[in-house]
Amino acid sequence: MYSEKVMDHFSNPRNVGEIENADGVGQVGNAKCGDIMKMYLKIENDMIVDVKFKTFGCGAAVATSSMATEMVLGKTVEEALQITNKAVAEALDGLPPAKMHCSNLAEEALRAAIQDYYKKNGIPFDGEPVCSGCCHDCSVVHE
Amino acid sequence: MDKVIYLDHAATTSVRQEVVQEMLPYFTEKYGNASSIYAIGRESKKAIEDAREKVAKALKCGPKEVFFTGSGTESDNWAIKGMAFANREKGNHIITTAVEHHAVLHTCQYLEKEGFEVTYLPVDEHGVISLEQLEKAITDKTILISVMFANNEIGTIQPIKEIGRIAREKGIYFHTDAVQAVGHVPIDVNEYNIDMLSLSAHKFHGPKGVGVLYVRKGIKIHTLLQGGAHERGKRAGTENIPGIVGAGKAIEMATKDIEDKVSKIQALRDRLITEVLEKIPYCRLNGHPTQRLPGNVNFSFEFIEGESLLLMLDMKGVAASSGSACTSGALDPSHVLLAIGLPHEIAHGSLRLTFGDDNTEQDVDYVMEVLPPIVERLREMSPLYEEVKRGVKHV
Ligand SMILES: Cc1ncc(COP(=O)(O)O)c(C=O)c1O
Repeated sequence: MYSEKVMDHFSNPRNVGEIENADGVGQVGNAKCGDIMKMYLKIENDMIVDVKFKTFGCGAAVATSSMATEMVLGKTVEEALQITNKAVAEALDGLPPAKMHCSNLAEEALRAAIQDYYKKNGIPFDGEPVCSGCCHDCSVVHE
Repeated sequence: MDKVIYLDHAATTSVRQEVVQEMLPYFTEKYGNASSIYAIGRESKKAIEDAREKVAKALKCGPKEVFFTGSGTESDNWAIKGMAFANREKGNHIITTAVEHHAVLHTCQYLEKEGFEVTYLPVDEHGVISLEQLEKAITDKTILISVMFANNEIGTIQPIKEIGRIAREKGIYFHTDAVQAVGHVPIDVNEYNIDMLSLSAHKFHGPKGVGVLYVRKGIKIHTLLQGGAHERGKRAGTENIPGIVGAGKAIEMATKDIEDKVSKIQALRDRLITEVLEKIPYCRLNGHPTQRLPGNVNFSFEFIEGESLLLMLDMKGVAASSGSACTSGALDPSHVLLAIGLPHEIAHGSLRLTFGDDNTEQDVDYVMEVLPPIVERLREMSPLYEEVKRGVKHV
């Protein structure tokens, strides 16, 4: 059901953990829906120098969190904001259709962490609102 | 990965070597159509009737009350729809439970669209229905009570004998989905006042795609499949003779020395339950502590999600299942776990391990070796556990 890349990121997830005094922290999803992602960012000179995550969820949720952290490390905040759920899924050689929701959660967790960073630093943010990550609450169909 | 510990016997089982051997000639040499009059046709006919005798002996009923079908699902559909459509003038009310297999639940939901009324009895925290509520639910329009013998997820065994007594007293027919029970607990359709019973051969080391519906003599139900005069005109379609032969052999083997088998499997079950509850914190047993299938274990581990748990167990060679939403592709976790009152987040962290008589004490040792570190590892990754450890969240 899952690609080799997904299984690799699931069984050896990169960047699991927490960052003390993180510059941005974002959490999306809820336990009722079965998945929660929490992303921690360390940002220096607008550059993401460290990233960690914690995830409660299925194999795809863990793998997409792991992949998303790999993709943003070393990127500027602006570049990180360009990362889409589709790009995360593609980097994992695809996800089963029922699991596209999980890659969306990764994108939203990242966005939420960056929003938190902007807020802490008084930088105005005009991006889209972060979705709650709970499919019960919305009807957006993900590719 | 060389070693696989199979702990998903509720999903399906291997076909016994002896069963395969009995089936084989019916693919190649004895391939006759049982409706044909020449020798190999008659031989096929006899093979079906022998298998029917074996099923009848196992259920303690007459062979004429046994009908072969294509699956447990078909048997459930036939029993419920067949009864509903045959008794439309008498009434339109069916009583079942909230924890049935989808083969029963979705059939009842279909009948609701066809104008029938269905009562889905709730269950208590252990998954047992209330006899009082059952009696109260009965109206003069009630034509059928369908309550599963034992639950496929949490293993809870219903008070079948008492349900049968109530149904008989009120003159209402009683169907039980015994797909998980046949071959695993002793069953006597007369002692329990069961009027119709569904079973499926692949749950007791028989082949997949063979079911049985037992229908008590004298009960009239509509047929679902129109066609030839197979199964005494009740279920058309050229018989799956190798499968039927296999089902007969498998039920004979499964019901022989059933008490010994039950006590052996039950010992494995109880040891695993005790050790897991002792060694793993934030964990609960789902289902009834004693009134449960001898091979069924079902836990919920807080702060982790079931599919992740299954994937990690699979990497260690343990085959199991879960009621989490992610494993079913649905948004909600298992309806059974919700019906026993589990909050969604705890239902997502469920793990079902089901033993068969090929499992050993070493298998329990192995699960106890690999399961606790996997649970711990997933919890270390979980933001929910982080909150608990920091004391933010109280459990
Ligand atoms: C309780 C119960 N009923 C019905 C079925 C369906 O049986 P089958 O797989 O033969 O269609 C199953 C098996 O999954 C079951 O566990």
